[in-house]
Amino acid sequence: MLNLWFQDELYLRIAQASIAGVFALLVVILVHWQSIRLEKEIVIAVLRSLVQITLVGSVLIYVLTAPTWLGVLVLAGMILSAAFTAARRTREIPGSMRATFFAIFLGSGSVIGVMTFLGVIQWEISSLLPVGSMIISGGMNSCALALDRFKGEIDSHVGHIEAGLCLGASSREVVKPYVRKSFQASLIPRINSMRALGIVWIPGIMSGMLLAGSDPIYAALYQFVVMAMLFVASSLSSLISILLVRKYVFSEAEQLILRPEGD
Amino acid sequence: MRQMDGMQSVKSPPVILRVENLTRQIDGSKIIDNLSISIKKGEVWVVVGPSGAGKSSFFRLLNRLDEPQAGKIWFHGQDTAILPPQELRSRIGLVLQEANLFPGTVKGNIAFGPQQKGVTLSQEIVEQLLDQVGLTGFADRDVRNLSGGEAQRVSLARTLANSLEILLLDEPTSALDDEAKQEIEELVTSIIRKQQITCLMVTHDIQQAIRIATHAMILDKGKLVNSGMVGEVLDA
Repeated sequence: MLNLWFQDELYLRIAQASIAGVFALLVVILVHWQSIRLEKEIVIAVLRSLVQITLVGSVLIYVLTAPTWLGVLVLAGMILSAAFTAARRTREIPGSMRATFFAIFLGSGSVIGVMTFLGVIQWEISSLLPVGSMIISGGMNSCALALDRFKGEIDSHVGHIEAGLCLGASSREVVKPYVRKSFQASLIPRINSMRALGIVWIPGIMSGMLLAGSDPIYAALYQFVVMAMLFVASSLSSLISILLVRKYVFSEAEQLILRPEGD
Repeated sequence: MRQMDGMQSVKSPPVILRVENLTRQIDGSKIIDNLSISIKKGEVWVVVGPSGAGKSSFFRLLNRLDEPQAGKIWFHGQDTAILPPQELRSRIGLVLQEANLFPGTVKGNIAFGPQQKGVTLSQEIVEQLLDQVGLTGFADRDVRNLSGGEAQRVSLARTLANSLEILLLDEPTSALDDEAKQEIEELVTSIIRKQQITCLMVTHDIQQAIRIATHAMILDKGKLVNSGMVGEVLDA
Protein backbone atom coordinates (compact mmCIF):
# COMPACT_ATOMS: atom_id res chain seq x y z
CA MET A 1 0.00 0.00 0.00
CA LEU A 2 2.85 2.35 0.84
CA ASN A 3 4.13 1.86 -2.73
CA LEU A 4 1.06 3.67 -4.00
CA TRP A 5 1.70 6.72 -1.84
CA PHE A 6 5.48 6.98 -2.18
CA GLN A 7 7.09 6.61 -5.59
CA ASP A 8 10.46 7.87 -4.45
CA GLU A 9 12.39 5.02 -2.77
CA LEU A 10 13.93 7.23 -0.08
CA TYR A 11 10.51 8.43 1.06
CA LEU A 12 9.16 4.90 0.84
CA ARG A 13 11.89 3.56 3.13
CA ILE A 14 11.44 6.44 5.57
CA ALA A 15 7.70 5.69 5.65
CA GLN A 16 8.39 2.01 6.30
CA ALA A 17 10.80 2.87 9.13
CA SER A 18 8.25 5.30 10.58
CA ILE A 19 5.54 2.66 10.63
CA ALA A 20 7.90 0.21 12.35
CA GLY A 21 8.73 3.01 14.80
CA VAL A 22 5.03 3.59 15.50
CA PHE A 23 4.63 -0.10 16.33
CA ALA A 24 7.58 0.17 18.72
CA LEU A 25 5.90 3.21 20.26
CA LEU A 26 2.78 1.14 20.85
CA VAL A 27 4.93 -1.28 22.84
CA VAL A 28 6.28 1.65 24.87
CA ILE A 29 2.69 2.72 25.67
CA LEU A 30 1.81 -0.88 26.59
CA VAL A 31 4.86 -1.13 28.84
CA HIS A 32 4.03 2.20 30.49
CA TRP A 33 0.41 1.11 31.05
CA GLN A 34 1.60 -2.05 32.80
CA SER A 35 4.21 -0.12 34.85
CA ILE A 36 6.99 -2.38 33.55
CA ARG A 37 9.50 0.50 33.66
CA LEU A 38 11.26 -0.23 30.42
CA GLU A 39 10.05 2.76 28.39
CA LYS A 40 13.31 4.70 28.38
CA GLU A 41 15.36 1.66 27.51
CA ILE A 42 13.08 0.69 24.62
CA VAL A 43 13.04 4.21 23.16
CA ILE A 44 16.83 4.47 23.39
CA ALA A 45 17.32 0.99 21.90
CA VAL A 46 14.97 1.72 18.96
CA LEU A 47 16.55 5.10 18.19
CA ARG A 48 20.08 3.74 18.61
CA SER A 49 19.43 0.82 16.31
CA LEU A 50 17.99 3.15 13.65
CA VAL A 51 20.91 5.59 13.81
CA GLN A 52 23.54 2.87 14.02
CA ILE A 53 22.26 0.74 11.16
CA THR A 54 21.76 3.80 8.94
CA LEU A 55 25.32 4.97 9.60
CA VAL A 56 26.72 1.48 9.04
CA GLY A 57 24.61 1.04 5.92
CA SER A 58 26.02 4.22 4.43
CA VAL A 59 29.63 3.11 4.87
CA LEU A 60 29.19 -0.67 4.55
CA ILE A 61 29.65 -0.70 0.80
CA TYR A 62 33.10 0.88 1.26
CA VAL A 63 33.98 -1.38 4.20
CA LEU A 64 33.05 -4.53 2.27
CA THR A 65 35.58 -3.66 -0.38
CA ALA A 66 38.35 -2.78 2.11
CA PRO A 67 41.33 -5.06 2.90
CA THR A 68 40.55 -8.07 5.15
CA TRP A 69 42.73 -6.88 8.07
CA LEU A 70 40.40 -3.94 8.44
CA GLY A 71 37.60 -6.47 8.97
CA VAL A 72 39.55 -8.01 11.84
CA LEU A 73 39.89 -4.58 13.45
CA VAL A 74 36.18 -3.92 13.02
CA LEU A 75 35.37 -7.30 14.61
CA ALA A 76 37.67 -6.48 17.55
CA GLY A 77 35.75 -3.21 18.02
CA MET A 78 32.50 -5.14 17.84
CA ILE A 79 33.65 -7.52 20.59
CA LEU A 80 34.42 -4.56 22.83
CA SER A 81 31.09 -2.94 22.14
CA ALA A 82 29.26 -6.27 22.61
CA ALA A 83 30.98 -6.76 25.97
CA PHE A 84 29.88 -3.31 27.09
CA THR A 85 26.29 -3.92 25.96
CA ALA A 86 26.08 -7.36 27.61
CA ALA A 87 27.45 -6.01 30.90
CA ARG A 88 25.08 -3.02 31.05
CA ARG A 89 22.24 -4.89 32.68
CA THR A 90 24.41 -6.41 35.36
CA ARG A 91 26.52 -3.44 36.39
CA GLU A 92 26.00 -4.37 40.05
CA ILE A 93 28.07 -7.49 39.50
CA PRO A 94 31.69 -6.63 40.20
CA GLY A 95 33.88 -7.17 37.12
CA SER A 96 30.94 -7.91 34.80
CA MET A 97 32.47 -5.89 31.94
CA ARG A 98 35.73 -7.80 32.26
CA ALA A 99 33.81 -11.08 32.31
CA THR A 100 31.71 -10.31 29.24
CA PHE A 101 34.76 -9.10 27.31
CA PHE A 102 36.75 -12.26 27.95
CA ALA A 103 33.67 -14.44 27.43
CA ILE A 104 32.81 -12.95 24.03
CA PHE A 105 36.46 -12.70 23.01
CA LEU A 106 37.11 -16.34 23.87
CA GLY A 107 33.68 -17.75 22.96
CA SER A 108 32.83 -15.92 19.74
CA GLY A 109 36.41 -14.96 18.85
CA SER A 110 37.63 -18.56 18.99
CA VAL A 111 34.79 -19.77 16.74
CA ILE A 112 35.47 -17.00 14.21
CA GLY A 113 39.23 -17.72 14.34
CA VAL A 114 38.98 -21.49 14.00
CA MET A 115 36.31 -21.39 11.31
CA THR A 116 38.25 -18.81 9.30
CA PHE A 117 41.43 -20.85 9.65
CA LEU A 118 39.56 -23.95 8.42
CA GLY A 119 38.06 -22.00 5.54
CA VAL A 120 34.46 -22.35 6.68
CA ILE A 121 34.36 -18.57 6.86
CA GLN A 122 36.16 -17.15 3.86
CA TRP A 123 39.15 -14.91 4.48
CA GLU A 124 37.42 -12.03 2.76
CA ILE A 125 35.97 -9.03 4.47
CA SER A 126 32.64 -9.53 2.68
CA SER A 127 32.29 -12.93 4.38
CA LEU A 128 34.23 -12.35 7.62
CA LEU A 129 32.37 -9.22 8.67
CA PRO A 130 28.71 -10.28 8.32
CA VAL A 131 29.21 -13.83 9.64
CA GLY A 132 31.62 -12.67 12.36
CA SER A 133 29.23 -9.95 13.53
CA MET A 134 26.42 -12.51 13.77
CA ILE A 135 28.59 -14.78 15.91
CA ILE A 136 29.64 -11.89 18.17
CA SER A 137 26.04 -10.78 18.52
CA GLY A 138 25.02 -14.35 19.46
CA GLY A 139 27.71 -14.42 22.15
CA MET A 140 26.62 -11.02 23.44
CA ASN A 141 22.97 -12.02 23.78
CA SER A 142 23.80 -15.27 25.55
CA CYS A 143 26.14 -13.50 27.96
CA ALA A 144 23.51 -10.88 28.76
CA LEU A 145 20.84 -13.52 29.36
CA ALA A 146 23.17 -15.69 31.42
CA LEU A 147 24.38 -12.87 33.67
CA ASP A 148 20.93 -11.37 34.12
CA ARG A 149 19.59 -14.76 35.20
CA PHE A 150 22.64 -15.45 37.38
CA LYS A 151 22.18 -12.16 39.21
CA GLY A 152 18.48 -12.90 39.67
CA GLU A 153 19.24 -16.36 41.05
CA ILE A 154 21.81 -14.98 43.49
CA ASP A 155 19.45 -12.20 44.61
CA SER A 156 16.68 -14.64 45.39
CA HIS A 157 18.86 -17.30 47.00
CA VAL A 158 21.10 -15.30 49.33
CA GLY A 159 19.79 -17.35 52.28
CA HIS A 160 20.59 -20.68 50.68
CA ILE A 161 23.99 -19.51 49.52
CA GLU A 162 24.97 -18.27 52.96
CA ALA A 163 23.52 -21.38 54.62
CA GLY A 164 25.80 -23.45 52.38
CA LEU A 165 28.81 -21.27 53.19
CA CYS A 166 28.02 -21.59 56.91
CA LEU A 167 28.26 -25.36 56.53
CA GLY A 168 31.77 -25.11 55.13
CA ALA A 169 30.94 -25.31 51.43
CA SER A 170 33.01 -23.48 48.85
CA SER A 171 31.50 -20.61 46.90
CA ARG A 172 31.82 -22.74 43.78
CA GLU A 173 29.69 -25.47 45.36
CA VAL A 174 26.96 -23.19 46.71
CA VAL A 175 26.31 -21.49 43.38
CA LYS A 176 26.46 -24.66 41.30
CA PRO A 177 22.64 -24.92 40.85
CA TYR A 178 22.43 -21.25 39.84
CA VAL A 179 25.28 -21.58 37.34
CA ARG A 180 23.42 -24.50 35.76
CA LYS A 181 20.08 -22.66 35.63
CA SER A 182 21.64 -19.50 34.18
CA PHE A 183 23.48 -21.44 31.49
CA GLN A 184 20.33 -23.35 30.55
CA ALA A 185 18.25 -20.16 30.42
CA SER A 186 20.79 -18.38 28.23
CA LEU A 187 20.67 -21.14 25.63
CA ILE A 188 16.90 -21.43 25.35
CA PRO A 189 16.60 -18.90 22.46
CA ARG A 190 19.49 -20.54 20.61
CA ILE A 191 18.11 -24.06 21.03
CA ASN A 192 14.65 -22.86 20.01
CA SER A 193 16.13 -21.27 16.89
CA MET A 194 17.77 -24.54 15.92
CA ARG A 195 14.59 -26.49 16.59
CA ALA A 196 12.51 -24.09 14.53
CA LEU A 197 15.04 -23.73 11.71
CA GLY A 198 13.27 -24.02 8.38
CA ILE A 199 9.87 -24.54 10.02
CA VAL A 200 9.16 -21.37 11.98
CA TRP A 201 11.78 -19.19 10.30
CA ILE A 202 13.97 -19.13 7.23
CA PRO A 203 17.09 -17.15 8.07
CA GLY A 204 18.44 -14.27 6.04
CA ILE A 205 21.67 -15.89 4.88
CA MET A 206 19.84 -18.80 3.29
CA SER A 207 17.26 -16.52 1.67
CA GLY A 208 20.06 -14.28 0.36
CA MET A 209 21.99 -17.22 -1.08
CA LEU A 210 18.86 -18.57 -2.77
CA LEU A 211 18.06 -15.17 -4.28
CA ALA A 212 21.65 -14.95 -5.49
CA GLY A 213 21.13 -18.23 -7.35
CA SER A 214 22.79 -20.77 -5.02
CA ASP A 215 21.78 -24.39 -4.97
CA PRO A 216 19.11 -24.80 -2.22
CA ILE A 217 21.00 -27.72 -0.64
CA TYR A 218 24.26 -25.74 -0.48
CA ALA A 219 22.39 -22.76 0.95
CA ALA A 220 20.71 -24.98 3.54
CA LEU A 221 23.98 -26.63 4.55
CA TYR A 222 25.74 -23.28 4.93
CA GLN A 223 22.83 -22.00 6.97
CA PHE A 224 23.24 -24.99 9.26
CA VAL A 225 26.96 -24.23 9.56
CA VAL A 226 26.16 -20.66 10.59
CA MET A 227 23.58 -21.86 13.11
CA ALA A 228 26.01 -24.36 14.58
CA MET A 229 28.72 -21.67 14.86
CA LEU A 230 26.23 -19.39 16.57
CA PHE A 231 25.27 -22.15 18.97
CA VAL A 232 28.88 -22.95 19.88
CA ALA A 233 29.86 -19.28 20.25
CA SER A 234 26.78 -18.53 22.36
CA SER A 235 27.32 -21.55 24.60
CA LEU A 236 31.00 -20.82 25.14
CA SER A 237 30.46 -17.10 25.76
CA SER A 238 27.63 -17.74 28.17
CA LEU A 239 29.48 -20.39 30.13
CA ILE A 240 32.72 -18.40 30.34
CA SER A 241 30.86 -15.29 31.49
CA ILE A 242 29.06 -17.14 34.31
CA LEU A 243 32.20 -18.96 35.43
CA LEU A 244 34.13 -15.68 35.59
CA VAL A 245 31.36 -13.80 37.34
CA ARG A 246 30.90 -16.67 39.77
CA LYS A 247 34.36 -15.84 41.01
CA TYR A 248 33.76 -12.10 41.16
CA VAL A 249 30.61 -12.25 43.31
CA PHE A 250 32.59 -13.72 46.22
CA SER A 251 35.50 -12.25 48.12
CA GLU A 252 38.74 -14.14 48.60
CA ALA A 253 37.43 -15.25 52.00
CA GLU A 254 34.40 -16.82 50.26
CA GLN A 255 31.99 -14.09 51.37
CA LEU A 256 29.07 -13.15 49.15
CA ILE A 257 29.75 -9.64 47.87
CA LEU A 258 26.75 -9.30 45.58
CA ARG A 259 23.70 -8.66 47.70
CA PRO A 260 20.23 -7.55 46.63
CA GLU A 261 19.51 -3.82 46.81
CA GLY A 262 18.20 -2.79 50.20
CA ASP A 263 19.58 -5.88 51.94
CA MET B 1 49.93 -20.59 96.45
CA ARG B 2 51.77 -21.84 93.38
CA GLN B 3 49.99 -25.15 93.89
CA MET B 4 46.63 -23.34 94.10
CA ASP B 5 47.33 -21.47 90.84
CA GLY B 6 48.23 -24.75 89.23
CA MET B 7 44.98 -26.36 90.37
CA GLN B 8 42.99 -23.39 89.09
CA SER B 9 44.58 -23.54 85.66
CA VAL B 10 43.78 -27.25 85.41
CA LYS B 11 40.13 -26.70 86.37
CA SER B 12 39.50 -23.59 84.30
CA PRO B 13 38.57 -24.45 80.72
CA PRO B 14 40.72 -22.88 78.02
CA VAL B 15 39.67 -19.84 76.04
CA ILE B 16 38.30 -21.12 72.75
CA LEU B 17 37.38 -17.79 71.21
CA ARG B 18 38.83 -14.39 71.82
CA VAL B 19 37.51 -11.29 70.14
CA GLU B 20 39.70 -8.23 70.19
CA ASN B 21 38.57 -4.71 69.29
CA LEU B 22 36.29 -5.98 66.55
CA THR B 23 34.82 -3.24 64.36
CA ARG B 24 32.65 -3.38 61.29
CA GLN B 25 31.08 -0.42 59.60
CA ILE B 26 28.77 -0.04 56.65
CA ASP B 27 28.54 3.28 54.82
CA GLY B 28 30.39 5.00 57.64
CA SER B 29 28.15 3.79 60.47
CA LYS B 30 29.58 1.29 62.93
CA ILE B 31 27.44 -1.81 63.31
CA ILE B 32 30.05 -3.48 65.54
CA ASP B 33 32.08 -1.03 67.54
CA ASN B 34 35.37 -2.03 69.13
CA LEU B 35 33.97 -5.23 70.65
CA SER B 36 36.23 -7.42 72.80
CA ILE B 37 35.30 -10.59 74.66
CA SER B 38 36.70 -14.00 75.65
CA ILE B 39 34.68 -17.21 75.50
CA LYS B 40 35.83 -20.33 77.31
CA LYS B 41 35.28 -23.86 76.10
CA GLY B 42 31.89 -25.26 77.12
CA GLU B 43 30.33 -21.93 78.03
CA VAL B 44 26.84 -21.10 76.83
CA TRP B 45 26.39 -17.41 76.07
CA VAL B 46 23.30 -15.50 75.17
CA VAL B 47 23.64 -12.31 73.22
CA VAL B 48 20.86 -9.87 73.96
CA GLY B 49 20.10 -6.34 72.90
CA PRO B 50 17.55 -4.27 71.00
CA SER B 51 16.94 -4.69 67.28
CA GLY B 52 19.81 -3.27 65.30
CA ALA B 53 22.22 -3.73 68.22
CA GLY B 54 24.58 -5.74 65.99
CA LYS B 55 23.89 -9.23 67.35
CA SER B 56 23.52 -10.95 63.97
CA SER B 57 26.36 -8.88 62.54
CA PHE B 58 28.58 -10.08 65.39
CA PHE B 59 27.78 -13.71 64.56
CA ARG B 60 28.42 -13.15 60.86
CA LEU B 61 31.86 -11.84 61.75
CA LEU B 62 32.57 -14.83 64.00
CA ASN B 63 31.60 -17.18 61.16
CA ARG B 64 33.44 -14.94 58.69
CA LEU B 65 30.46 -14.39 56.46
CA ASP B 66 31.50 -10.74 56.71
CA GLU B 67 34.86 -9.10 57.10
CA PRO B 68 35.66 -6.66 59.94
CA GLN B 69 37.36 -3.35 59.18
CA ALA B 70 39.40 -3.64 62.38
CA GLY B 71 40.09 -6.09 65.17
CA LYS B 72 40.90 -9.77 65.41
CA ILE B 73 39.17 -13.01 66.27
CA TRP B 74 41.30 -15.76 67.79
CA PHE B 75 40.01 -19.32 67.66
CA HIS B 76 42.09 -21.70 69.80
CA GLY B 77 44.71 -18.97 69.78
CA GLN B 78 44.79 -18.86 65.96
CA ASP B 79 43.93 -15.74 64.03
CA THR B 80 40.77 -16.65 62.08
CA ALA B 81 41.80 -14.32 59.26
CA ILE B 82 44.51 -16.79 58.30
CA LEU B 83 42.42 -19.93 58.75
CA PRO B 84 40.82 -21.25 55.54
CA PRO B 85 37.22 -19.92 55.69
CA GLN B 86 35.71 -23.30 54.85
CA GLU B 87 37.55 -24.97 57.72
CA LEU B 88 36.61 -22.18 60.13
CA ARG B 89 32.93 -22.37 59.19
CA SER B 90 32.75 -26.11 59.62
CA ARG B 91 34.23 -25.73 63.13
CA ILE B 92 32.22 -22.65 64.13
CA GLY B 93 28.74 -23.50 62.89
CA LEU B 94 26.11 -20.82 62.41
CA VAL B 95 22.39 -21.58 62.39
CA LEU B 96 20.61 -18.64 60.76
CA GLN B 97 17.15 -17.25 61.55
CA GLU B 98 15.66 -18.89 58.48
CA ALA B 99 16.22 -22.61 57.96
CA ASN B 100 17.02 -22.18 54.23
CA LEU B 101 17.07 -25.91 53.57
CA PHE B 102 18.44 -27.04 50.23
CA PRO B 103 15.89 -28.59 47.85
CA GLY B 104 15.73 -32.37 48.18
CA THR B 105 15.55 -34.70 51.13
CA VAL B 106 16.28 -34.19 54.80
CA LYS B 107 19.12 -36.70 54.47
CA GLY B 108 20.67 -34.67 51.65
CA ASN B 109 20.68 -31.61 53.89
CA ILE B 110 22.22 -33.45 56.82
CA ALA B 111 24.94 -34.95 54.65
CA PHE B 112 25.82 -31.64 52.96
CA GLY B 113 28.37 -30.30 55.46
CA PRO B 114 30.47 -33.47 55.87
CA GLN B 115 30.32 -33.98 52.08
CA GLN B 116 32.24 -30.74 51.64
CA LYS B 117 35.12 -32.34 53.51
CA GLY B 118 34.84 -35.54 51.47
CA VAL B 119 33.05 -37.43 54.26
CA THR B 120 29.97 -39.49 53.43
CA LEU B 121 27.67 -39.92 56.42
CA SER B 122 26.32 -43.41 56.99
CA GLN B 123 22.58 -43.92 57.24
CA GLU B 124 23.10 -44.74 60.91
CA ILE B 125 24.76 -41.41 61.69
CA VAL B 126 22.08 -39.53 59.78
CA GLU B 127 19.43 -41.33 61.85
CA GLN B 128 21.33 -40.56 65.07
CA LEU B 129 21.45 -36.87 64.21
CA LEU B 130 17.76 -36.85 63.38
CA ASP B 131 16.98 -38.69 66.64
CA GLN B 132 18.91 -36.01 68.44
CA VAL B 133 16.64 -33.30 67.06
CA GLY B 134 13.48 -35.36 67.49
CA LEU B 135 12.95 -36.17 63.83
CA THR B 136 13.30 -39.93 63.84
CA GLY B 137 12.35 -41.44 60.48
CA PHE B 138 12.48 -38.13 58.60
CA ALA B 139 15.62 -38.94 56.57
CA ASP B 140 13.86 -39.49 53.24
CA ARG B 141 11.27 -36.74 53.64
CA ASP B 142 11.21 -34.00 51.05
CA VAL B 143 12.06 -30.72 52.76
CA ARG B 144 9.06 -29.07 51.09
CA ASN B 145 6.81 -31.13 53.34
CA LEU B 146 8.28 -29.93 56.64
CA SER B 147 6.72 -27.45 59.05
CA GLY B 148 8.69 -24.37 60.14
CA GLY B 149 9.73 -26.03 63.40
CA GLU B 150 10.79 -29.26 61.65
CA ALA B 151 12.78 -27.31 59.07
CA GLN B 152 14.61 -25.44 61.83
CA ARG B 153 15.41 -28.76 63.54
CA VAL B 154 16.86 -30.08 60.27
CA SER B 155 18.87 -26.89 60.01
CA LEU B 156 20.23 -27.50 63.50
CA ALA B 157 20.98 -31.18 62.76
CA ARG B 158 22.87 -30.39 59.54
CA THR B 159 25.01 -27.88 61.43
CA LEU B 160 25.69 -30.44 64.18
CA ALA B 161 26.65 -33.00 61.49
CA ASN B 162 29.87 -31.02 60.99
CA SER B 163 31.21 -32.10 64.43
CA LEU B 164 31.65 -28.46 65.27
CA GLU B 165 33.31 -26.90 68.29
CA ILE B 166 31.27 -23.70 68.58
CA LEU B 167 27.59 -23.41 67.78
CA LEU B 168 26.24 -19.97 66.91
CA LEU B 169 22.46 -19.72 66.98
CA ASP B 170 21.11 -16.53 65.46
CA GLU B 171 17.56 -16.44 66.81
CA PRO B 172 16.65 -19.82 65.35
CA THR B 173 13.21 -19.63 66.96
CA SER B 174 12.28 -16.13 65.84
CA ALA B 175 10.12 -17.30 62.94
CA LEU B 176 8.35 -20.03 64.93
CA ASP B 177 5.17 -20.14 67.00
CA ASP B 178 5.39 -20.40 70.79
CA GLU B 179 4.99 -24.18 70.92
CA ALA B 180 7.68 -24.85 68.29
CA LYS B 181 9.86 -22.21 69.95
CA GLN B 182 9.76 -24.02 73.28
CA GLU B 183 10.48 -27.38 71.63
CA ILE B 184 13.54 -26.04 69.85
CA GLU B 185 14.73 -24.33 73.00
CA GLU B 186 14.52 -27.56 75.00
CA LEU B 187 16.26 -29.38 72.21
CA VAL B 188 19.11 -26.90 72.02
CA THR B 189 19.55 -26.96 75.78
CA SER B 190 19.75 -30.76 75.88
CA ILE B 191 22.14 -30.97 72.93
CA ILE B 192 24.60 -28.38 74.15
CA ARG B 193 24.60 -29.86 77.65
CA LYS B 194 24.99 -33.42 76.40
CA GLN B 195 27.70 -32.63 73.87
CA GLN B 196 29.29 -29.82 75.90
CA ILE B 197 29.47 -27.61 72.84
CA THR B 198 30.44 -24.02 73.32
CA CYS B 199 27.41 -22.06 72.27
CA LEU B 200 26.49 -18.46 71.58
CA MET B 201 22.86 -17.68 71.04
CA VAL B 202 21.07 -14.52 70.03
CA THR B 203 17.74 -14.08 71.73
CA HIS B 204 15.23 -11.38 72.53
CA ASP B 205 13.70 -13.54 75.23
CA ILE B 206 15.31 -12.83 78.62
CA GLN B 207 13.56 -15.77 80.32
CA GLN B 208 14.87 -18.07 77.61
CA ALA B 209 18.34 -16.60 78.11
CA ILE B 210 18.28 -17.26 81.85
CA ARG B 211 17.05 -20.84 81.33
CA ILE B 212 19.66 -21.78 78.76
CA ALA B 213 22.82 -19.80 79.31
CA THR B 214 25.74 -19.70 81.70
CA HIS B 215 26.88 -16.28 80.49
CA ALA B 216 25.33 -13.27 78.82
CA MET B 217 26.44 -10.23 76.89
CA ILE B 218 24.40 -7.17 76.11
CA LEU B 219 24.99 -5.29 72.89
CA ASP B 220 23.69 -1.87 72.01
CA LYS B 221 24.50 0.09 68.86
CA GLY B 222 27.32 -2.36 68.15
CA LYS B 223 28.98 -1.82 71.51
CA LEU B 224 29.38 -4.39 74.27
CA VAL B 225 27.45 -2.83 77.14
CA ASN B 226 27.81 -5.57 79.72
CA SER B 227 28.99 -9.17 79.94
CA GLY B 228 29.48 -11.87 82.55
CA MET B 229 27.54 -14.60 84.35
CA VAL B 230 23.99 -14.72 83.09
CA GLY B 231 22.33 -14.03 86.44
CA GLU B 232 24.51 -11.00 87.14
CA VAL B 233 24.18 -9.46 83.71
CA LEU B 234 20.49 -9.98 83.11
CA ASP B 235 19.39 -9.17 86.64
CA ALA B 236 21.35 -5.94 86.57
